[in-house]
Amino acid sequence: MSCSRRDFLKKGLVGGAVAASLPLSSFKFLTPAEAKSAVGDPAVRWGFLVDTYKCTGCGFCVKACKKENDVPYDLPITRTWVERYVITKDDETHVDSPNGDRDGFKDTKIDGKTIDPKDISKAFFVPKLCNQCDNPACVQVCPVGASYQTQDGVVLVDRKWCIGCGYCIMACPYGVRFFHPVYKVADKCTFCYHRISKGMKTACVDACPFGARQIGDLKNPDDPVTKAILTERVAVLKDEYGTKPQVFYIGLDENVR
Amino acid sequence: MVDQLLANSDLIAHGMEWTTKEGFVYPNEFIYWSIQIVLYPYMTGLVAGAFVLSSLYHVFGQEDLKDMARFSLVFSLACLPVAMMPLLMHLQQPFRGMEVLFTPHFTSAISAFGIIFTTYSIIVLSEIWFVYRVYFVEQINALKGKKDLVSSFMRTLYIILALGAYDLSNEAVAIDKKAVKILAGIGIPVACFLHGYAGFIFGSVKANALWMSPLMPVIFIMSAVVSGIALCMLTYIIIMEWKKFTTTLAKGRGDESVQLIKGAEVDVIHKTSRYLIGFLIAAITLELLDQIFRGYTAMKSWDILRSVMYGKDFVNIFILQYLFGNLVPFIMLLIPKASIKRTSVALALILFGVFMMRWNVVIGGQAFSLSFDGFMHYSMPIIPHSMETFKEGLFGALLVGATPFILFWLLNKVIPSLHFTKK
Ligand code: SF4
Ligand code: SF4
Repeated sequence: MSCSRRDFLKKGLVGGAVAASLPLSSFKFLTPAEAKSAVGDPAVRWGFLVDTYKCTGCGFCVKACKKENDVPYDLPITRTWVERYVITKDDETHVDSPNGDRDGFKDTKIDGKTIDPKDISKAFFVPKLCNQCDNPACVQVCPVGASYQTQDGVVLVDRKWCIGCGYCIMACPYGVRFFHPVYKVADKCTFCYHRISKGMKTACVDACPFGARQIGDLKNPDDPVTKAILTERVAVLKDEYGTKPQVFYIGLDENVR
Repeated sequence: MVDQLLANSDLIAHGMEWTTKEGFVYPNEFIYWSIQIVLYPYMTGLVAGAFVLSSLYHVFGQEDLKDMARFSLVFSLACLPVAMMPLLMHLQQPFRGMEVLFTPHFTSAISAFGIIFTTYSIIVLSEIWFVYRVYFVEQINALKGKKDLVSSFMRTLYIILALGAYDLSNEAVAIDKKAVKILAGIGIPVACFLHGYAGFIFGSVKANALWMSPLMPVIFIMSAVVSGIALCMLTYIIIMEWKKFTTTLAKGRGDESVQLIKGAEVDVIHKTSRYLIGFLIAAITLELLDQIFRGYTAMKSWDILRSVMYGKDFVNIFILQYLFGNLVPFIMLLIPKASIKRTSVALALILFGVFMMRWNVVIGGQAFSLSFDGFMHYSMPIIPHSMETFKEGLFGALLVGATPFILFWLLNKVIPSLHFTKK
């Protein structure tokens, strides 16, 4: 196609005239995050409930997540993981999460140390995942708007737009983000957005044999998750950062990091 | 296709290769920001510092900085592209870097980079143009009629650079001077912004206990000016020594021109170092204030911070940064009758100290886990075996470090910045 200068100018003029005849308000600048947050149903707010009393640290959720979400199976990075806590009578906290608990906790040694069962005052497991914060620090710091929040409250990363600066990884107080080694962009738990938006449960919820993990709509008062959060004593992780996490824990111990 | 890639046993998670973990660290935590992000504030600091130094003369008429001013202005230009380089090299998707300019997300500190950086570049470029316009015109006239390839090329270049402004009348030159003054004036806050905001990038990360501090931008500005001045002085010394050496070879030691160079050099360096000391004091005071405040308020994170600062990173922070990078050169500069040799050593130490400060902020900030219960250690890749270990390793860093000098050398072919005025 050839385009002479005259043609170009002519087209430019026509284009300019059309643009000028439109009201100014039709030229609204959308921030990238605004443009993308048109995704999702504003009548829904996804939330998560973890019952730490029910978790046995079997790691089925971690396995299921890695397979469902294309996270390289043999690398230490993971979208969800389970931590094992052993608190001894001398008030020492011992924590570990070998391989993110992908294969379960097979060794009774914790962090390389053998602890005499007589010395243990309490022990439990704590599953972790992205908190899909209401005030997500990761979205705030993303310089190009590749991390965004959907209308139903899930924080996602646009793999076609992320420049891979890692600022979001630094900004998340929970350490849930990492770089995906194949896509070379930031990656994290999406609450299996591709599943929940089709009426399914997340892969980890389906995989948990003990019902320790549940996902639900916090805007629906009849949802079992909402009911549990409203009626039981629940807590969130690190609320001092003001991120307003939306993953709630039943039986969260003060020693949890 | 993706399945194949995912099953590839050579896959490596970013950061795995240079991070060692100790204690309880979340599985996804690695040293994600490595040497290039250490260099980024270091390089912008040099740019900003060099510019502030040159502006001290243009705006506040500090006559004693006259010879230094022109030099540091050109040097600041040479460092300019290099401020961007480490950022680009560190991106996982460097080809998407332009998005920061096209779709800036303004709640992010990094998004302002494009705007501030562009503004600043325009200011530096136009200031240089006004400073050198007369020179361009002189060159155009001087090279007229010369037939050889180089001369005609240079002449064409100068004609382009002069942008058609050939007026050498007193009024025109006076306007140039005024423009320089105004630009330098606007430039100071913009340069401070350019660097202060690099500090803001870190200071505003609430998840990071070491970084989060409102003092961070100011600390960064002060140390930026310190490093900028120090590098300008050091480069100046090296170049003048070289000139002296070549003149001595050509004309003999006792020649008048050798003495002239020497006199000018000592004079400029002596005067500039007074400003250096001033900014150094400000920088150290702020950093100490920050440390004392953290210790005194002793928030939840203090336990882990303390074990990093007084334990794991003690040598890096207190010996390398504060002792050798600040205290020793400070004393060396304060003792009267500083020789060129002694000053050079002090300057090199100061540059090293500021580098260690950047290192201790960037790497030190990732030395402890968000769990406050474990540590991470960074071992910089030396011999690269992949693109990643090259970019985020010693050689990537050296590449960034060497670029301003190469650019400066090139720039000096067109806009010589090393004239010194006769007494
Ligand atoms: S947990 Fe972290 S990654 Fe997830 S939304 Fe909150 S700040 Fe963002
Ligand atoms: S790594 Fe990607 S998603 Fe995260 S802040 Fe940078 S551009 Fe945004």
